[in-house]
Amino acid sequence: MLDIQKLEKSFGEKRAVQGLSFTVEKGTVLGFLGPNGAGKSTTMRMIAGVLEPDSGDATIDGKSIVSARRDAQAALGYLPEGAPLYDDMTPPEFLAFMAAARSLPRSERKPAIERAIADSRISTVCSQRIGSLSKGYRRRVGLAGAILHDPPVLVLDEPTDGLDPNQKRAVRALIARMAPRKAIVISTHTLTEVPAMCTRAIVVDRGRIVADETPEGLLKLSADGTLENAFTRLTDQAEAESA
Amino acid sequence: MNRFRQQFDSFLPTFRRELGAYFATPMAYVFLAVFLLSIGMFTWEAARFFDTGTADLSPFFVWHPWIYMIFLPALAMRLWADETSAGTDELLLSLPLGMPGLVLGKLCAAWTVAAVGLVLTLPMWITVNYLGNPDNAAIALTYFVSLLMAGSYLSIGAAISALTRSQVTAFVISVVVAFVFTAAGWPLVLSGVKNLFGAGLADLVAQFSFLSHFEAAQRGVLELRAVLFFVGFMTLWTILNGLWASRQRLG
Repeated sequence: MLDIQKLEKSFGEKRAVQGLSFTVEKGTVLGFLGPNGAGKSTTMRMIAGVLEPDSGDATIDGKSIVSARRDAQAALGYLPEGAPLYDDMTPPEFLAFMAAARSLPRSERKPAIERAIADSRISTVCSQRIGSLSKGYRRRVGLAGAILHDPPVLVLDEPTDGLDPNQKRAVRALIARMAPRKAIVISTHTLTEVPAMCTRAIVVDRGRIVADETPEGLLKLSADGTLENAFTRLTDQAEAESA
Repeated sequence: MNRFRQQFDSFLPTFRRELGAYFATPMAYVFLAVFLLSIGMFTWEAARFFDTGTADLSPFFVWHPWIYMIFLPALAMRLWADETSAGTDELLLSLPLGMPGLVLGKLCAAWTVAAVGLVLTLPMWITVNYLGNPDNAAIALTYFVSLLMAGSYLSIGAAISALTRSQVTAFVISVVVAFVFTAAGWPLVLSGVKNLFGAGLADLVAQFSFLSHFEAAQRGVLELRAVLFFVGFMTLWTILNGLWASRQRLG
């Protein structure tokens, strides 16, 4: 579903992403982990067609983001980091804009918007402008925008950041519901979410993959049985190697 | 052909969203109020609309380039800078939208607000008809060229807005650029250029001035040259706008 081949991106001297390759099949929820500045968001931006890779390619549902960008983007739902939204719109207005921008057929727009509102549980804030919503609700409106067109591939950059425990559980349940039909990539800082949400985890550091495991496999790499320890060992190791 | 059309199917969603954004915030209303207030003030106080003794709108049209120069960059400054500073450009670029439709949709939304401002000056036109017998065809033509000129000023502002994430910076730079293209036809500047570099260059400078091209229209003469100038000018800045907005993808 999502196939990433040797993605590279540099910003000036800094090599943000160095030849990243991996594949995500339907039914997989991939946790994309790594310290700040490891290249997670840059990779996700390239998959979403927001940034052009220096080299390499990503194919979404068989369409290349480099040579058939618009077709690839049409098959992708993307939640950018921080869930940027248009503050002057209400959630239904925003979703109507997204539906039009994605050229959904007119007859399908209304049911799609209603479904996205129900799935992301934002019906109570539909009359408010997005600018007045709390962080948790903003994130869910962003999520509603990403799943609106029922894409086969979802890329979510920190979808649970800033949510309270109840909201986190709701998002996790939503992701679990969608998982069998989609390939999903989630980046997160909160390691405790990995076993709860993901079936596979990739740890990146300095633009390279340092581990590609199941959450259980990741735990085996730790000295004391915690994911945190595994994470520290993996990313420190990369630091020591490059130093 | 289909690929070509795809580039523009982003026009309508973008246009609707941007126009909605102008009217969802006080932005459009403040712009319209201040625009009408200042154009009225200049027409009556500075150009003495009632004292000219002739029933025409020349004391009104003469201020258009100068008023546009200040106010239209204020209307255009948010078009791209706001997206960059709010991070919504990332959302926008992740959608399967063609850049040409995006650029034109944004420009046309701002242009529509400017057109509403012009429409709201129609009571002046009605007034001169009440007071005398003006040449209405000439006035209609001047309105038309003025609208084209407004689009040209907006195209500068929109393109420059794509270069920065700060709306204030976009505004200031746009006013300066707009001033250059306005004042190039100002007699004060032209005679200076003429004294320094000769009449040939002064002529050339005047070719790129909004004042010179609007001047014939003010007399009610439709010059194809002027129309082509404004349309060409807008096309050029719109292309720059598209290039500058696509730059984002390179990182």
